[in-house]
Amino acid sequence: MRQSTFLAALLAPATLFLGVFFLGPLLIIAVFSLLTPGLYGGVEWSFYHQNYGRIFGWADGIMEIYEPVYLQILLRSLGFAALTVGLCLVICYPVAFWVARLPPRARLFCLFLVTLPFFSSLIVRLYAWLLILKPSGLLNQTLLATGLIQTPLEILYTQSAVVLGLVYVMVPFMFLPLYSAIDNLDRSMVEASMDLGANRVQTFTKVVLPQTLPGIIGGAVIVFIPSVGNFIVPDVLGGAKGLMVGNLVEQQFLSARNWPFGAALAMIVMGVVLATLLYASARARSAAHA
Amino acid sequence: MSLLSVRGARRVFQTPEGGRLAALDGVDLQVGAEEFVTLLGPSGCGKTTLLRAISGFEALDEGTIHLQGADLLRLAPYRRPVNTVFQSYALFGHMSVARNVGYALEVRGMGRAARQARVDEALEKVGLSGLGARAIGQLSGGQRQRVALARAIVAEPRLLLLDEPLSALDRNLRQQMQLELKALQARLGIAFVFVTHDQEEALTMSDRVVVMRKGRIEQIGPPREIYRKPRTRFVAEFIGETNLFDLDAQGRTPEGLIFAVPNPPAARFTACLRPSDFHLAEQGIAGVVTKVVYLGADLHLYVQPKVGGPELRVTARDHAAAPVVGAEVHLGHDPEALHLLEA
Repeated sequence: MRQSTFLAALLAPATLFLGVFFLGPLLIIAVFSLLTPGLYGGVEWSFYHQNYGRIFGWADGIMEIYEPVYLQILLRSLGFAALTVGLCLVICYPVAFWVARLPPRARLFCLFLVTLPFFSSLIVRLYAWLLILKPSGLLNQTLLATGLIQTPLEILYTQSAVVLGLVYVMVPFMFLPLYSAIDNLDRSMVEASMDLGANRVQTFTKVVLPQTLPGIIGGAVIVFIPSVGNFIVPDVLGGAKGLMVGNLVEQQFLSARNWPFGAALAMIVMGVVLATLLYASARARSAAHA
Repeated sequence: MSLLSVRGARRVFQTPEGGRLAALDGVDLQVGAEEFVTLLGPSGCGKTTLLRAISGFEALDEGTIHLQGADLLRLAPYRRPVNTVFQSYALFGHMSVARNVGYALEVRGMGRAARQARVDEALEKVGLSGLGARAIGQLSGGQRQRVALARAIVAEPRLLLLDEPLSALDRNLRQQMQLELKALQARLGIAFVFVTHDQEEALTMSDRVVVMRKGRIEQIGPPREIYRKPRTRFVAEFIGETNLFDLDAQGRTPEGLIFAVPNPPAARFTACLRPSDFHLAEQGIAGVVTKVVYLGADLHLYVQPKVGGPELRVTARDHAAAPVVGAEVHLGHDPEALHLLEA
């Protein structure tokens, strides 16, 4: 009895905080997404399902018009996030392997380098990319000077720029779980595999990859989720062509002042992320048990 | 012709302090087709390096390794027709017992059905019939040991390498596994090269024991020869308990104990006597018991000779009138048992 009181006392601050500042706003968003948009912003307290109708295709066609562009932007965001996960994985996996094999001091230094970007503001770093990618920027200047290209590449304000930016931001989040999984990999297992006649490719696909799968799934989840809803990267580097669902939500709340519609978009993003998370945790669990 | 032939193996490591350490310093070893050979020595003697050089996970700076006449050093580890039982077992945790055991066949492209029969056979040989569907996490330490063994013999290698495979087991299980391993080796009719730092393990199982020290082989021989006729002081001290005496041409120690040495090999030399070679007698070396260690059937006595010098270790049968601490005793010995060391 005393113990459970003690436990409750310990858990109370976190529960209270999350309840008020996390679940509360979430509940407001969920309710707003089903209310009528007010004429000058805000909401009117009557049930209204056409916020979702505008996105999925049952709008009345008079006040609210169905626009496939919203779904397209959502799908594009999912695609960008998936591509970001894939690229981060391809970049980080070999590097994590290499770092895990370094002597302890060099390893620590590399881990420090990976976390270095967190020491300065994301906005500042993205504007640095702006300077690098723009037609007269560092990248184009270098390529022009070496004669590899004759006219500046149009990278800035394209989808490539958005994916590049997302990968840049997310690489550390992929690296750390991967590194931890690879560092924990028992080297004698790799030797056992080769000892039993498996060549390097077989050893990788049959032993190394399955053994590090929890790290891959963990990294994929924590890269995918913030990428889907990211709006800073497309805002700075994307322009109109690189618009993502996060920008859409931001616009609806701040510029269009259509809170219920923005709330509906946000709820859909959350639903997709939640589904991804449940799927990934099921996969991770089966990987751990197999 | 021998199955495995190691010649002039040399391997030098860089120590963290910048020094150079010869893990293998000119090792020659022949292993017969159905022989159980144990590499025995303290940690850092090079026994594991030698094993890893044979399996392919360690390169040699100099020397050759041939298996049935084929040059092993030219083959990648996964092409060498030898298999290893690892110290940590290194079982694949994401696979079932059966898939672990069948791994060597799987990567050779053998079909599932053909594999199944061989896996069942291997599991039966190690006494794990019917456990194929288990996950590795559900097994006890002893069972894991057996899975590692089954996995290593499923591809029917001519030579099995074992890297201190019993060190993680408790004493009873270890003794049982020692006998089983020896029986398995005889039944399979293949060669075992077994690495251990446990001299009892080496004496129990081996056809021949290779005692190593600082990257060199000190002595190779059958267990009895290693125990009864150690060539060097190191071997005499490493294998079992022993009493060493520095003798002059008259068979006298510096303190004045006298031993009968018919043909002294030099003006100064070392002789050894095992504790069990002494017996309590009416006359002989006079001394006082300083310590008694009870071992069950036997007692281990430490006897300080009256003339001085190091304490003698003596094994005596335990009985009601056995000496106690402080008792004055006389020690006799069989003159034949006194063994002269070469170095």
